[in-house]
Amino acid sequence: MRLEAIARPGPARTFGPPLIALGATLGVGMALALIAGAAPLAVFGQIVTGAVGSRFALLETLNRATPLIFTGLAVAVAFRAKLWNIGAEAQLYAGALMTVVLGTGALGWPAWALLPTLALASMLAGALCLVWAAWAKLRLGVDEVVTTLLFNFVMLLFVSMLLEGPLKDPMGMGWPKSERLVAEARLPRIAEGLRLHWGFALAVISAGLVWLVQSRTTWGFEMRAVGAGLPAARFAGMPVNATILRVALLSGGLAALAGFSEVSGAKGSLTLDLSPGYGYTGIIVAMLALLHPLGVVIAALFVAGVFVGADAMSRTAGVPSYVADILLATALLTMVLALLFTRFRVRRE
Amino acid sequence: MTSPETGAQASADAEVLRLDGITKRFGEVTANEDVSLTLRAGEIVALLGENGAGKTTLMNILFGHYAADAGEVRVMGRRLPPGQPRAAIEAGVGMVHQHFTLADALTVQENVTLGTRPWWRPGGRAAARARIEDLARDYGLQVDPDAAIADLTVGQRQRVEILKALYGDARVLILDEPTAVLTPQEARALFDTLRRATARGLAVILISHKLHEVMATADRIVVLRHGRVVGERATAATDPADLARLMVGADIAEPKAMPAEPGEVLLRLDAVSTPPGATQGAALDRASLDLRAGQIKGIAGVSGNGQSALAGLLEGLIRPASGTLTLGNAAPADWSPRIAVAAGIGRIPEDRHHTGTIADFTLTENAILETYRDAPFARGPLIDWSAARAHAEDLIEANDVRCPGPDAAIRLLSGGNMQKLILARALHGAPRIILANQPVRGLDIGAVTYLQSRLLAARDAGAAILLISEDLDEILALSDVIHTIHAGRLSPPVPRERAEVEALGLAMAGGGADAA
Repeated sequence: MRLEAIARPGPARTFGPPLIALGATLGVGMALALIAGAAPLAVFGQIVTGAVGSRFALLETLNRATPLIFTGLAVAVAFRAKLWNIGAEAQLYAGALMTVVLGTGALGWPAWALLPTLALASMLAGALCLVWAAWAKLRLGVDEVVTTLLFNFVMLLFVSMLLEGPLKDPMGMGWPKSERLVAEARLPRIAEGLRLHWGFALAVISAGLVWLVQSRTTWGFEMRAVGAGLPAARFAGMPVNATILRVALLSGGLAALAGFSEVSGAKGSLTLDLSPGYGYTGIIVAMLALLHPLGVVIAALFVAGVFVGADAMSRTAGVPSYVADILLATALLTMVLALLFTRFRVRRE
Repeated sequence: MTSPETGAQASADAEVLRLDGITKRFGEVTANEDVSLTLRAGEIVALLGENGAGKTTLMNILFGHYAADAGEVRVMGRRLPPGQPRAAIEAGVGMVHQHFTLADALTVQENVTLGTRPWWRPGGRAAARARIEDLARDYGLQVDPDAAIADLTVGQRQRVEILKALYGDARVLILDEPTAVLTPQEARALFDTLRRATARGLAVILISHKLHEVMATADRIVVLRHGRVVGERATAATDPADLARLMVGADIAEPKAMPAEPGEVLLRLDAVSTPPGATQGAALDRASLDLRAGQIKGIAGVSGNGQSALAGLLEGLIRPASGTLTLGNAAPADWSPRIAVAAGIGRIPEDRHHTGTIADFTLTENAILETYRDAPFARGPLIDWSAARAHAEDLIEANDVRCPGPDAAIRLLSGGNMQKLILARALHGAPRIILANQPVRGLDIGAVTYLQSRLLAARDAGAAILLISEDLDEILALSDVIHTIHAGRLSPPVPRERAEVEALGLAMAGGGADAA
């Protein structure tokens, strides 16, 4: 057996395999529902209703998608340049930490000055969390997969230490939790009475900006070229090392915005369970989006919808919400495989 | 077809191999269509055709790497099961690939005997060694059985490949472009081996696109074009022009170089050494060279002898470790690909797929890889894609690049069209210095002719050109002055009029006069 590239795939080639992948994902989900003793179709109905079936559900999905858009963008930007950033989780916490340090009263500024400062300071913190790994890769040949992955645990322990120590809320009844942000440091809601904060809008705007940078600017051209053909980029005279460092700054900054938006927009304070793995799920989001910045928005909404819907379903149908994890894993695996088959066919020899 | 039998082959008329109606398709591409071929013991049949004519596919079917869509292969009258290399080997088919399949860390003997007997059987090493030594003597394949493959030259490795096939009792020996990596002298030794083999009743298939080589060695010549057999000739009854016509399907006029009128020195290397390990192959060792306006300087050599380092130097990818590189009258303060481009060096790299282009990028994106930061493509931090696209369209139009359009991914293009775009990019803006590293390797004759005539035209317009090639014929056809390169050292220059293949070949093998 061997894979053969298809020069110009037709519409059946382009859309067939992804549809089959979606079908396979549904099939796995139904089998799981059957095993759990529920009616498969009803389970799916409840997942869909739970994700988008009501105003409340829809807003919940949008809220859940917000950090995933940021981390998805962070991963997409880095992976596009073949900088394997597995550390979005650490960068997220770096952003959250910075937001809490500066936003709990240290700066007595009005909101219009404080919010941009917090966002930029968060981005800086996140960028630093990645740029050292990129530098070590370029200078010392240290694999960034290892450094960024392991740094996640270092960061989580560091945050835990701060929450037990200097950042601990004295009024927190002993819980490891930071003080609450001052009112000026909170991202307002998009509309009065709408349970959706400006973090979501910021995420969508970021996706648009990243897309513009990648497709329209010389820096973006360099980022894509370094990823798609490093020897050719170097031969053409592109500043390869500078480009990889720029990618690291951008990627780390985007992931940190997830932390900023979660603390400033959603939670108001920092706890150790701020992120249920948004940094890692960002990898799934970016892969499903084929690393396209606008695709990241769609993929994040899909992933968030599955999570929110599965939560709602498990409350009513009694099927464990682990179904969501399995569904996403299946969706990712089958989709990656399916996308391979949109470009290659298998020949038996 | 009656071929004039030579020598004592009366007993060797038995048919050992027959291909019958072989057809193989890859998607919409037909690689072989209804190809039939017979081979008798004791003869050398050349399979001649351009790159992409289907030679290698056909041999891969014969050897069992691919299964044919239609047709069958018979060895000694027995049908070979399709798609099974093991069966082909057992039936007596031995293949020497273009890229060798030897284990570098093992010795010659280990490589030759690898897989021939179960590992748990004791003894046999002495017997195997005696057999290898016999074969080596009988066929003129001198090589030390205890040498590690990693320590052998390319020519010696090829001998090991042939030994391996003979050790496996091959009756049919297939050689895929065997002389591509050899010096003329090594090639002659190879043909001597092949003649000894046929004298002992072996049958040989020689895959080649070199006319003179085929004329000199084969008894019969089968010409493939677009996957079909377009002609079969006894060597005695044909000539190179006839074969070229069959191969291409039309008469071709080779670009003819007029005598050069060399001008001032535009680039000079003075005892330049490059850091070891910066590229594959040898580093440059005190290489001196000057490139003059209106002159093509050819670098002949067997691959891995420092060509990559020399090319990397001119491309800006490698800085001299010692010695000086002078552009015009001054040594550049710093050296990088960007500075090289800015200094007016047009560069055609060796590897068009990985270095010359980015496969998944469009033609437009590839066209501006070197110039995206300059006007009119850059406006501040932004790229003006409409200007870039218009530029790509100009290049496509002016150089007859066959492609779906400027927005198509460049990986969809054939090698020749890809190379035309690289050439167009390199020659845009009329650079004073041009580096052409293996510019036509693997291209069809149409593209070869076009690229070579563009290089000659650039020379006549006053450019200084450095042409690096492993194909001595190409060097001799285009260069005004020739250096050979061996182990990182450049020989003194020889004007083409005084260049002799013999002497060049010796120098390529390291036996020539040392560089001063």
